[in-house]
Amino acid sequence: MMDLGLDVLSWLCLVAGALFGIVAGIGLVRLPDLFTRMHAAGIGDTLAAGLIVLGLMLQAGLTLNLVKLALIMVFILFTSPTSTHALAKAALHGGVKPLLDPGKDGPPSKT
Amino acid sequence: MIWGAKLIRAVSLSVVLYILWLLLSGHYGPLLLVLGAVSCVFVAWVAYRMDVADREGHPVHLTWRSLVYWPWLFWEIVKANVEVARLILSPRLAISPTVIKVKASQPDDLGHVIYANSITLTPGTVSIDVRNATIEVHAITREMAEGLATGEMDRRVTQMEGAG
Repeated sequence: MMDLGLDVLSWLCLVAGALFGIVAGIGLVRLPDLFTRMHAAGIGDTLAAGLIVLGLMLQAGLTLNLVKLALIMVFILFTSPTSTHALAKAALHGGVKPLLDPGKDGPPSKT
Repeated sequence: MIWGAKLIRAVSLSVVLYILWLLLSGHYGPLLLVLGAVSCVFVAWVAYRMDVADREGHPVHLTWRSLVYWPWLFWEIVKANVEVARLILSPRLAISPTVIKVKASQPDDLGHVIYANSITLTPGTVSIDVRNATIEVHAITREMAEGLATGEMDRRVTQMEGAG
């Protein structure tokens, strides 16, 4: 009974993670420019990866693999913002201007 | 005294490395345990000689307070994920990309890095430039930029660093 519960929970996490991965992919296609697309990629880095790792952890049970999976997630959480920042910085340096909302009520936004 | 603190940090680094090694290796024969310990101490010694096992390279002093910060950040990340997913899936694609500057009130570079990385980790906001305790942030909607501008995350990072 316990095993079945864990299995169901684990599959829920895996499927939810996969769905968020698909959403991230749709976002990559639909969003208009590099900077807004990076936000979609952020979904893949955090919640999609997190849910999939969590689902796998529930499958692993109380073993060393559980710890290894947790460490994978920790390292993703430390490295992905760094690479995202490097990407944004490189794009700015290369002359890519972020597409900005023209602005109706707020202060006029410009770089 | 500075010397003593530095040495303590190097010792703590080798202990942390050894725990990580034990968890990752899964081999517990006496020979391998000793070899693992020797390599961990060696790495910590090199880091000590290179002066990189300092409060930036090995920030153990944040361990306890980060236990408060991380769960809060996780929850923020989950909420922001759902928000951005909704934006992507909505037929109108109601985005309003905005660039704002926020102040980082942490006392040192380590705090700035933690704050900037937390911003990037939360979908919908990406830090694109860090300079003079000011972080330039690209947000996918104006609401998300405004949410960040309230400075709650800034306050919590400062608090975690123990200066707030």
